[in-house]
Amino acid sequence: MLTGLIAQLLNGVQYGLLLFLISSGLTLIFGVMGVINLAHGSLFMIGAYLAFGVASLTGSLWLALPVAVLGGAVFGAVLERLLFRRFRTRAHLDQVLLTFALILLFEEGRSALAGNQFHSVPVPAVLDFSVPVIGGFGYSAYRLAVLAICLLVAAGLVWLIERTRIGSAIRAAAENTEMLNLLGFDAGRVHTLVFAGGTALAMLAGALAAPLQSVYPGMGDGFLILSFIVVVIGGLGSVAGAFWAALLVGLIDTLGKAYLPQAAGIAVCAMMAVVLLWRPTGLFSRT
Amino acid sequence: MIVASRPGQCVLGAAALGIATMPLWASAWHMQLVSAALVAALFALSLQVLVGATGLVSLAQAGFFGLGAYTVHLLGSPPVWITLPAAMLAAGVAALLIGPLALRTKGFFFLMTTLAFGQMLFFAFHDTPLGGGTDGLFIVRPSLGFTVSRAGRPAVFLLLNLGVLAIVYGGLCWLMSTMLGHALQGIRSNENRMAALGHNVQRLKLIAFVLAGALAGLAGHMSALTDAFVSPDLLGWHRSAEALLMILLGGIGALHGPILGAFALVAIQEAGSLLSDRPRLVEGVVFLAAVLFLRQGIAGWRLPWRTRP
Amino acid sequence: MRHVSRRAMLAGAALTAGLCRPAIAQGAPLKVGMMLPFSGTYAALGENIAAGFELLIAENDGKLGGRAVTLIRLDDESDPAKAPANVNRLTERDNVDVLLGTVHSGVVMALVQAAREKEIPLFIPNAGNVAATRDLCSPHVFRSSFSNWQPAYGMGRALAARGVKKAAWVTWDYAAGKESGEGFRDGLRDGGAEMTHLLTVPFPETNFQPVLAQISGLGVEAVGSFFAGGGAIQFVKDYAASGLRATIPLCGSGFLTEGVLKPQGAAAEGIQTALHYGDGLDNAKNVAFRTAFKAKTTRDADVYAVQGYDAGQMLAAGLTATKGDAAAAMAFAAAIRAARIDSPRGAFTLSASHNPIQTIWLREARDGQNKVIGIAAKDLADPGTGCKMAGA
Repeated sequence: MLTGLIAQLLNGVQYGLLLFLISSGLTLIFGVMGVINLAHGSLFMIGAYLAFGVASLTGSLWLALPVAVLGGAVFGAVLERLLFRRFRTRAHLDQVLLTFALILLFEEGRSALAGNQFHSVPVPAVLDFSVPVIGGFGYSAYRLAVLAICLLVAAGLVWLIERTRIGSAIRAAAENTEMLNLLGFDAGRVHTLVFAGGTALAMLAGALAAPLQSVYPGMGDGFLILSFIVVVIGGLGSVAGAFWAALLVGLIDTLGKAYLPQAAGIAVCAMMAVVLLWRPTGLFSRT
Repeated sequence: MIVASRPGQCVLGAAALGIATMPLWASAWHMQLVSAALVAALFALSLQVLVGATGLVSLAQAGFFGLGAYTVHLLGSPPVWITLPAAMLAAGVAALLIGPLALRTKGFFFLMTTLAFGQMLFFAFHDTPLGGGTDGLFIVRPSLGFTVSRAGRPAVFLLLNLGVLAIVYGGLCWLMSTMLGHALQGIRSNENRMAALGHNVQRLKLIAFVLAGALAGLAGHMSALTDAFVSPDLLGWHRSAEALLMILLGGIGALHGPILGAFALVAIQEAGSLLSDRPRLVEGVVFLAAVLFLRQGIAGWRLPWRTRP
Repeated sequence: MRHVSRRAMLAGAALTAGLCRPAIAQGAPLKVGMMLPFSGTYAALGENIAAGFELLIAENDGKLGGRAVTLIRLDDESDPAKAPANVNRLTERDNVDVLLGTVHSGVVMALVQAAREKEIPLFIPNAGNVAATRDLCSPHVFRSSFSNWQPAYGMGRALAARGVKKAAWVTWDYAAGKESGEGFRDGLRDGGAEMTHLLTVPFPETNFQPVLAQISGLGVEAVGSFFAGGGAIQFVKDYAASGLRATIPLCGSGFLTEGVLKPQGAAAEGIQTALHYGDGLDNAKNVAFRTAFKAKTTRDADVYAVQGYDAGQMLAAGLTATKGDAAAAMAFAAAIRAARIDSPRGAFTLSASHNPIQTIWLREARDGQNKVIGIAAKDLADPGTGCKMAGA
């Protein structure tokens, strides 16, 4: 029982950290640009397919990670310049519909380029072993590596936001776009940067998740709803909030699935409802 | 909220008449297609009470739609004069429970809160034995009070759906001209001003939320009646997004926008499946074009010699 | 109001009756509506079912029971919410005489409903919902595949025969998962063993860590499971990675390793499964079928291709007896019930509820193949509980 619980907690933390990679980008995009991106789950899927492509061509998942990050940054920058820029000041409804259309287009593009089959991405050979946890239950070394990578990214992100000049620009933008201009930043560039960064994070998450959950059509759907919940609980635009909220959601979702599978989905949504009733703008919002 | 102009009302009336005579000239398939569009229109119209009239964008609407549909099954298919009010009541009560909570939030947070509540309803039917499982199930049709032959069904349900849509549309037209309707539209244009004028904004929003929920339940009920099939997918947030799309396609500023949008969407999907191997690609392109270029929706189209309002 | 709608209804009735079922003109081609997934997760299954069915028709020079056959393809997208409209496309718009479909067990419900209401013969080439040949059985509904109960029952019997006393079943929380769990339970019970736990994961979740962490504490000697597609790949890999296989062997319904051995790789090696088909069946029919299928499609035949092919054989048996008239329901159904289908999986007949009475083979995953290593259950029939077939 105790062994099981420890393993479940480990799972919950690992799942939550992956969730953090996806939702940190989402929360920054919301916070800074005020844009709702329902296609964020599709970006996660694209990252996973990219990892599958690179891994099957070169045989190396390690190569796939930087490719996903760089590819994501470029792809995100292009999307922002071509589409999202125009939608920054449009109504939420328009943003919902734009990104819903993008979901359809991304899915069809994926189907045309990569087909509809399930694909498995092998775990890198170096990490293809189990680390024994108490009582005979092994924990995959790759999962531990994902955990470590996510923690590193989280630390880097917090440093970037809190300690650097560009970070202060992002924080300023989350408060008020006017302030950006006052501080002498080019608001357009900050927006492109944030969107590119958010896309890169989502695609990195997809690439990391590819060996964990296989690659298949619509694989980002489940993550999309969960990461929205994370963003809302954490508070719009708050990376630290997203971090703690992601851990919370990851743990509740995992423990729910383990001990009360029929209520897991409802539990997470209910938790969000409770948080919103208590603090209608999220746990970590500044207002 | 623009209620269709006099000529516009005439066009809508003529279209309704045309549909009403379909049993005389159209094939069963075309009647079923139009029936599906009518149910979709009813669903989108229910959402327009929130979106177009009050300015609240909700993603929980499919949850209420599915609740209305499942009510028929959960009650064990009694006659329709029981299932119809029961479906509206169930969805309305659910909206009454969810509304006060969701309405504490605004804007983006409202959108997300309704998404969470909608998904809770979805999970309640998807993950628990309540609704008979993930696969969905086909249900016994409630009795309509007279026997309907199998071959007569497409015509009967077509007329039934048309009648319900006409009544709901008429009712909403009337509502928009009342004090309540004006107050809701006031919230849409400036919430703070309405509050300053002494209106109880929260209560007005809740009224709109419950009314919209009950009407979505009615749409779900008509869908269950027409298809005799319910599945948890009816409650998923994709369906809510689809209804928002119909509103945008048809025109967010007009009460008849959702009706035009629903017919346009059904037509696009049907044309997509007939013309292309990738109907979803066609759909995506049309949506993208609509959101980029069709800012006023179909209802905003004007003949070239008439000036835009 | 009621007056108007009644009159309109009568007019409609007259019209639809005329359009819906044109009098069978001998010589007019028989229209078969193939409602299968040609996009999405199950697209590969849909393609192979269609190819198997088309192969049978091609072998008969495009004619069944002396009547030319026209095929109409419709992609059902495996979306249950779109299923009623999609079925109507075939039955009302295209006026098909026979329905073939489908893979997804939610979508097939809409087909079963149409077959029952509109009395159009339906051949189910995959979906295993037990209901289709139990409480919802119909003289118009035939299945060429399996019931979810059957392969899992075979696996339970095989485990019990090997001396396993306690086992657990892990599956998705949906109808196919639970029905296969019941088969596993019944198979173990009939062999004197017991299914002590049923663990479920929400469908179609592929995060199996929460459930895997519980298994070592259950005190079972074996774990059986039902997953398909991506879930099957992931579950088998995660099970191997968790180190559980050393102490608690994994087995399952055949779909656990069907068509996914390549991506599963070494993690699947040695896993035993039970299914009504497998690699290395050396009967003459299977050899000929595999050669012909490969020649036609350049793909290797699989269980889905066999199910599509056998659906064609069943349709042919019915049409031969009625000289091409699929609407002569009683004679059509009686002929199919009486037929002995010479299937690549081994010959089978249909049960009274129209589900194959078939041998469930025990297979072992070796070098990328599901090699048949024995019989799990010979000539196994689904219990068909609750089937009251009107007029049959």
